[in-house]
Amino acid sequence: MKKIYSVLVENRSGVLCKVAGLFSRRCFNIDSLAVGETDDAAVSCMTIVSSGDERTLEQIEKQLNKKLDIIKIKTFEESQSISRELMLVKVKFNKGNRRDIMETCEIMKAQIVDMSKNQMMIQICDVPERTALLITLLQSISIVEVARTGTLALPKCDA
Amino acid sequence: MNGADAIIKCLEAEDVDIVFGYPGVAICPFYNSILESSIRSILIRTEQNAAHAASGLARVTGKVGVCAVTSGPGATNLLTGIATAFADSIPLVCITGQVNSALIGSDVFQEADVTGAAESFVKYSYLVKDASEIPRIFKEAFHIASTGRKGPVLIDVPIDIQNAPVADFTYPQEVNLRTYKPTVKGHAVQIKKVIQELEKAKRPILCVGGGVLLSDAQKELREFSERYQIPVVSTMMGISVMPTKHPMYFGMVGNNGKPYANRAMNESDLLIMTGARVADRAVSQPDLITENKVLIHIDVDPAEIGKNVGPTIPLVGDIKHIFRDMAKQTLTCEHDDWIETLQGYRETMEPARHPDPNYVDPAAFIRLLSEKMKDSAIYVADVGQNQIWSCAHHVVKKGRFLTSGGMGTMGYSIPAAMGAKLGAPNKQVVAVCGDGSFQMSMMELATMRQHNIPVKIVVLKNNYLGMVREYQHYTYADNYSVVDLTGSPDLEKLAGAYGLPFIRLTDMNGAETAINRFLKEDTSMLMECIIDPMDLVK
Repeated sequence: MKKIYSVLVENRSGVLCKVAGLFSRRCFNIDSLAVGETDDAAVSCMTIVSSGDERTLEQIEKQLNKKLDIIKIKTFEESQSISRELMLVKVKFNKGNRRDIMETCEIMKAQIVDMSKNQMMIQICDVPERTALLITLLQSISIVEVARTGTLALPKCDA
Repeated sequence: MNGADAIIKCLEAEDVDIVFGYPGVAICPFYNSILESSIRSILIRTEQNAAHAASGLARVTGKVGVCAVTSGPGATNLLTGIATAFADSIPLVCITGQVNSALIGSDVFQEADVTGAAESFVKYSYLVKDASEIPRIFKEAFHIASTGRKGPVLIDVPIDIQNAPVADFTYPQEVNLRTYKPTVKGHAVQIKKVIQELEKAKRPILCVGGGVLLSDAQKELREFSERYQIPVVSTMMGISVMPTKHPMYFGMVGNNGKPYANRAMNESDLLIMTGARVADRAVSQPDLITENKVLIHIDVDPAEIGKNVGPTIPLVGDIKHIFRDMAKQTLTCEHDDWIETLQGYRETMEPARHPDPNYVDPAAFIRLLSEKMKDSAIYVADVGQNQIWSCAHHVVKKGRFLTSGGMGTMGYSIPAAMGAKLGAPNKQVVAVCGDGSFQMSMMELATMRQHNIPVKIVVLKNNYLGMVREYQHYTYADNYSVVDLTGSPDLEKLAGAYGLPFIRLTDMNGAETAINRFLKEDTSMLMECIIDPMDLVK
């Protein structure tokens, strides 16, 4: 089972370490983690995706709730939320495959955000499965490097 | 006024009268300021024991125990003590000196990242970055340590912060923590559910843990048990919630507990776990205890419910409040048959021992000792075979039983007994340890002498790390590895060196006279009991 935890925390030094430490100390998985400030500069939002059995997933929420730097936790399933991941991929290209890459980008709704004589940088912002699919598609071409955020998610507007 | 003075003012405002610790340069401003205060400082002989002593004091007074040590090795030595307190949910405020703020992170002399190192076994920690924040931080720390599920809070104070001027000192009246609001009152609907289950139950049982003592709810629990005829068993940390000879009490559960206590728990149709976390030592297969029974779990920490055992009817809140509220409910139940059955188990299932008459029998000795101890006496058991014998044979009357149940830290008993005696000077305090655990804390005999803390110490001597030897006996067919304590000091000479009176008991003849002499006056004394090296707790 997978679960998404949207965790509002005090924006203080060491809080990320405490949250990450809690996961490692209790052998909980972190599938992905994304952290950023919210509209309130004193509050950060951590989006943590974790997997495990039901008891573990419940314990994660309860143990997080015990941490004094954590303000609020919302948990939701993937189906109840909109989730996105941002990825930048740098690929090498040549005359022969340039058009293929561009077509792939078009189909995947990815953008080419930078380019040189033989390299281009592609940006995609999509659900985690689609960013993973783009990597698979580009692997046959020659990926130079990849940077990828963790999953960001919020519950759906009517949820 | 500087930061150190402000810290002392905070401790005074929190009604702290004793600080256990060990100075070093990084905590020297604090130890300079404490001279101006009426707070008593006790120089412990190694930092770990400062936390254990503070723990002993906290457990008998219900107040927050305080210790203060220096940076680097002082702070890292303290860690085992903090972890021990965390495992048993003991409220402590631990102050550590830290190197100059500007030097943190540059690996200077006696620098250690103690807030980082202690993170997984503190309830919360602070690194003070501005002296003006000291009042708020201390107010919060005492509040956090002593409310909800209690526990140790660490405050790391760089030396420059201790020396920094503090313009005006006002101790906050209230804390304002938006992220921390522990539940006190139990939910009315859940309480109703518990009462309904109790009315249905034919064979109910209450299993009490350390949480009952932390909530000071012994009286409420005992009255509840008596009024509704509900038998009680306890975990190791729950010993002394009920007097041992109370008709409703059926002993300690677990793999080191009484067979009749385990049988009572297994045969019950309603199990009310109260302030116990259902750890492996109390219940070896937590999943199985929910078979054929309804399980109610009462705890102040919602994360304990469903952690080790489930599914349950949860009831979150302070145990004292909950049992007061439950007492207001109307409930009619009678369990005469069930209690009679359990009484039968208690009479017939006490495991037989076959002690060698050439030695002191630890079981008989502990029974005799605790009978002779004052009704309100505090018994502190260490860790090892001595702990298991103490749990099984110490007779609680109206006093307390203290031990390191969660972490099982050897050497706990002597410093904890000192802290208990300082917290309750009018009570008789006896520490019982083995020769292994004694040697982990024997340096504290000097502290007892220096500060005149009249604690009685019993050493059950078998020249082995007995608990491990017993494990190797069963698991490795007596292939003993690194458990022989040859080279241990002559305890009579050691007692003499520390100026303590000494008694040696070699067999049960004369045990009564020896114990009478041991307990007669309120002075420190060391008593050595030579026990059978091959004796087993099981």
